[in-house]
Amino acid sequence: MRRPRRPLFLARAPYRRRRLRDAARLLPVLGLFLLLLPLLWTPEARVSLTAGDVVYFFAVWLILIALAAAFAPGLRGGDSGGEDED
Amino acid sequence: MPFNLLVLACLLYVAFLFAVAFVVENRAARGRLGWLRSPVVYTLSLSIYCTAWTFYGAVGYAARSGLEFLTIYFGPTLVFIGWWVLLRKLVRIGRQHHVTSIADLISSRYGKSNTLGVIVTVIMVVAATPYIALQLQSVVLAFGVFATAAPDSSRPLDSAQIAVWVAVGLAAFTILFGTRNLDAREQHHGIVTAIAVEAVVKLVALLAVGSFVVWGLAGGVGDVIARIDAADLAAWQVQPGRWTGLIFLSAAAVICLPRMFQVMVVENEDEGHLARASWAFPLYLLAMSLFIVPIAVVGLERMPEGANPDMFVLTLPLAEGQGALAMLAFLGGFSSATSMVIVESVALATMISNHMMIPLWLRLRPGAAAADDLRQVVLMARRLAIAAVLALGYGYYQVSGGSGALAAIGLIAFLGVAQVLPAMIGGIFWRGATRTGAILGLVTGLVVWAYTSFLPSFGPGAVLSARVFAEGAFGLAWLRPLGLFGTEAMDPMIHALFWSMALNALAFCLGSLLTFPGPVERLQGAAFVNVFEGAVGPQRWARGQVEPEALLAMAQRILGEEAAQALFQTAARAQGKDGFLPDPTPPFLDSLESRLSGSVGAATAHAMISQLVGRATVTVEDLMAVASESAQILEYSARLQARESELTRTAGALREANEKLTQLSLQKDAFLSQISHELRTPMTSIRAFSEILTEGDLPSATVARYGRIIHDEAKRLTRLLDDLLDLSVLENGAVQLTLGLASLQGMIDTALTAARATRPDREFLVIRDLPTEAIYLRTDADRLAQVFINLISNARKYCDAARPELRIAVRQRAGRVTVDFIDNGKGIPKDARRVIFEKFARLSDANRAGGAGLGLAICREIMANLGGSVAYLPGQGGAAFRVTVPLRLEVLAA
Amino acid sequence: MAAHVLLIEDEPNIAEAIRFLLSREGLRVSHSAEGAAALVLMRQDRPDLVILDHMLPGMSGLEVLTALRADPSSRGLPVMMLTARGRDREMAERAGADRFMTKPFSNAEMIAEVRSMLERGQDRQ
Repeated sequence: MRRPRRPLFLARAPYRRRRLRDAARLLPVLGLFLLLLPLLWTPEARVSLTAGDVVYFFAVWLILIALAAAFAPGLRGGDSGGEDED
Repeated sequence: MPFNLLVLACLLYVAFLFAVAFVVENRAARGRLGWLRSPVVYTLSLSIYCTAWTFYGAVGYAARSGLEFLTIYFGPTLVFIGWWVLLRKLVRIGRQHHVTSIADLISSRYGKSNTLGVIVTVIMVVAATPYIALQLQSVVLAFGVFATAAPDSSRPLDSAQIAVWVAVGLAAFTILFGTRNLDAREQHHGIVTAIAVEAVVKLVALLAVGSFVVWGLAGGVGDVIARIDAADLAAWQVQPGRWTGLIFLSAAAVICLPRMFQVMVVENEDEGHLARASWAFPLYLLAMSLFIVPIAVVGLERMPEGANPDMFVLTLPLAEGQGALAMLAFLGGFSSATSMVIVESVALATMISNHMMIPLWLRLRPGAAAADDLRQVVLMARRLAIAAVLALGYGYYQVSGGSGALAAIGLIAFLGVAQVLPAMIGGIFWRGATRTGAILGLVTGLVVWAYTSFLPSFGPGAVLSARVFAEGAFGLAWLRPLGLFGTEAMDPMIHALFWSMALNALAFCLGSLLTFPGPVERLQGAAFVNVFEGAVGPQRWARGQVEPEALLAMAQRILGEEAAQALFQTAARAQGKDGFLPDPTPPFLDSLESRLSGSVGAATAHAMISQLVGRATVTVEDLMAVASESAQILEYSARLQARESELTRTAGALREANEKLTQLSLQKDAFLSQISHELRTPMTSIRAFSEILTEGDLPSATVARYGRIIHDEAKRLTRLLDDLLDLSVLENGAVQLTLGLASLQGMIDTALTAARATRPDREFLVIRDLPTEAIYLRTDADRLAQVFINLISNARKYCDAARPELRIAVRQRAGRVTVDFIDNGKGIPKDARRVIFEKFARLSDANRAGGAGLGLAICREIMANLGGSVAYLPGQGGAAFRVTVPLRLEVLAA
Repeated sequence: MAAHVLLIEDEPNIAEAIRFLLSREGLRVSHSAEGAAALVLMRQDRPDLVILDHMLPGMSGLEVLTALRADPSSRGLPVMMLTARGRDREMAERAGADRFMTKPFSNAEMIAEVRSMLERGQDRQ
């Protein structure tokens, strides 16, 4: 559903908003990667986790929350217009 | 601490929740929700994800399996921080399509299929029942902890009694606030607010216990970390497969759980709330799990061997003599259990009543849909469903005996509800997903889940026999419940997750690829998948490839010439093209559309301009908008219906009258040509023979014969004119009646004699009952006889029997005399009976026998003048006429 | 041989008048009061001219005319139609009538019409 005569380049603010949406889409992927990472630290089938891991998980968790909180205001209400185009 | 105090605190707490819910419902009813509709309340209400299973069980989980409990929170965290991808769309669809439950979402997406609604409802109920039982069990266990901790307690409650009271109390609360009214969006502000309050209580309780453990029992954060490292390492191992699988499973569950869907989508007030919840809800989860590990570690250290780690949250403070803290912890657990049960039963009751009870009820009572008490029926169905859901949960708890088997049920329930995921995700992102695919996927998932996870959870020999466990169903080794296709090596949970989701998704995709969706399905599919396109605000027009002349022509058709031209001139002047037609610029198209929509409605205006501007295909949104406009029109016309039905009746009467008039008018035309023919026929003979006679030189016999013909035809002409005149006089009521006493028998005699002149060749058998005819009437004897003559002559003319008979039957009653003339012919056809008495009416030409069709009309007029009537008498074998005449005719206006 | 006229007319008096007039002119006149019988009669005793009343009991004049025109042997037969009403002409014309006489007619006119029709019929043969 591409509309005709779409400008090729966007103004700075809409451009930023688009990239913010991309970031919001990528955030869960990043989160999943970080949360699965400890499993790769030891190659064995059963992985022992230490207190360090506990701290790691909570730190990752907190960072993800902070990022989501940082993205949220910019995403809210800015959902008019094209979804799939850049 | 006294057990009674605990019960009292519980009751006070419940009373407090009732009060909160009540106040909020009242405010909502007055439309004054204010801050109650804030994102904070929304976020807190989402916390029903944390049930008693997580409140108590997380510590136990951590004590047994280490960090794996975190996966239960990681899944939802990923879903919420990625809200822009999935949740936003789900909430938008839910709001735009007034989705009332997850079953409604699926059924609505796939062409409003109730079959799907029923399947999803069944899955949800089956998965939720053990989960509800788990909540009841946790409350009973918690009470049990206090009962054993206080052996001096005066009233040790039986655990079954506690479970019953909790179930009944929850049912009462849910019915009271869950079925107060029927909202189009199924929102329950009272319940949501009470849930938010409970969310605060359980968070505060867990944080309080955690703080006590970290700073009271252990020596602060550093000490706790040291203790964690010192803890038994074997328990802190994690299987990568389970880790990944459980993150996926909890992510799926947070979307698919009926209670989560209820608070997240159905109860959502504002999409902006979701943006806040995207980080606030993960933060809540983090806070809830922050102290789980310390509590578990310290509990394992301090509590005696064999103590239930699930109850550490309660037993640790109790063992340390912190009665108030334990009470708070108890209330926290109680909150977790009750909030889950309340929302879950509301969500399930909505599904059960909307997809099962009401359709069934409407099928059993087809006329009921029109009845206006349907609201009450729905509410009653809801109440029954809530009671049934809780009864099921309680029943399950009783049957399973509160065993440890329940502990695993949380994940099993998650996997059950996750079976909806493929159909849901596919439904909102893939237009090609079809109803058949969804049904196949759901049923496959349900069966595999039941076989590999749900039924085995009862243990070997309970539902599935030990043989099935060992050898597989039907003795097929590859069908073993815990090792489908020879995969015994997998962890049972992951095994079930892998196979159920894989086969579910496979069936869903294959089914969708191989079948063709119906029109409603395609429409709904497009509306769901493209929910963001064009729905936000009015769509702007791009400069189109349209001739302004075409736009003007269309506008003139709708607005009228003057208004349309004025509009176009103004626009042209604004564009600096005074005197020309304006260019079809986007602003002009927008203003034209809004102007047109004032006349023909927004959807139609949009569609019309779309077609001209070149987006020739009318989009799905357009169609949907047209549909909703039509719905409004339908509603409006329903109100007019009462008046319309009255108009219809009037119109019906008018139509009938008009038909009669049309028919009479046709008859009049026919009569005029008939009369013309009737007049011309004797005149033709008269003219022809008089010309012949004028020529002379004919034999005298011939002259005499032709003279007689001329005379007869002249008489015939006179009779016809007399009839016409007679009828005219009778119709105008100007007739002079000569009243006198006359014998009925005499009149019939006279008539029979006179009528013999008609077709004198026919032998007619007349059947009379002379004694009954011995009646003297006060009437106009000549006129009545004229009627009799006419009827008898008609019989002589038209009776087509081989041996014609005429029966004359006289009866006298209540001052009136009826005389029936019944012949044995074939009678008068039904459709002709209505018109035979009409003036000029004549049956088909085949029956023509010299009359002009005035006889019966004259009879009717005479009888009206004589205060009686003449009517056709159906069902007598032949043609039958009944003459009714008063015994004594009084002339009022003499 | 005298020309043969078939008269189809249900009014006995009118039929008698026409029969008298045409017989006096030396024509052979056969008469039928009813259409279906006339069609049978026509096949046996082929007339040179048909005089057909419009208003007949049973089979109407128009129906007789249509049937007559549908039969190849009588398709070209001259037909004079007796009508009482002017607007029946249209329908009769469409059904294939050659001439019309409106009732009441003058005897001289009737005879002249019959004569001219018979002559034309002979020219055609």
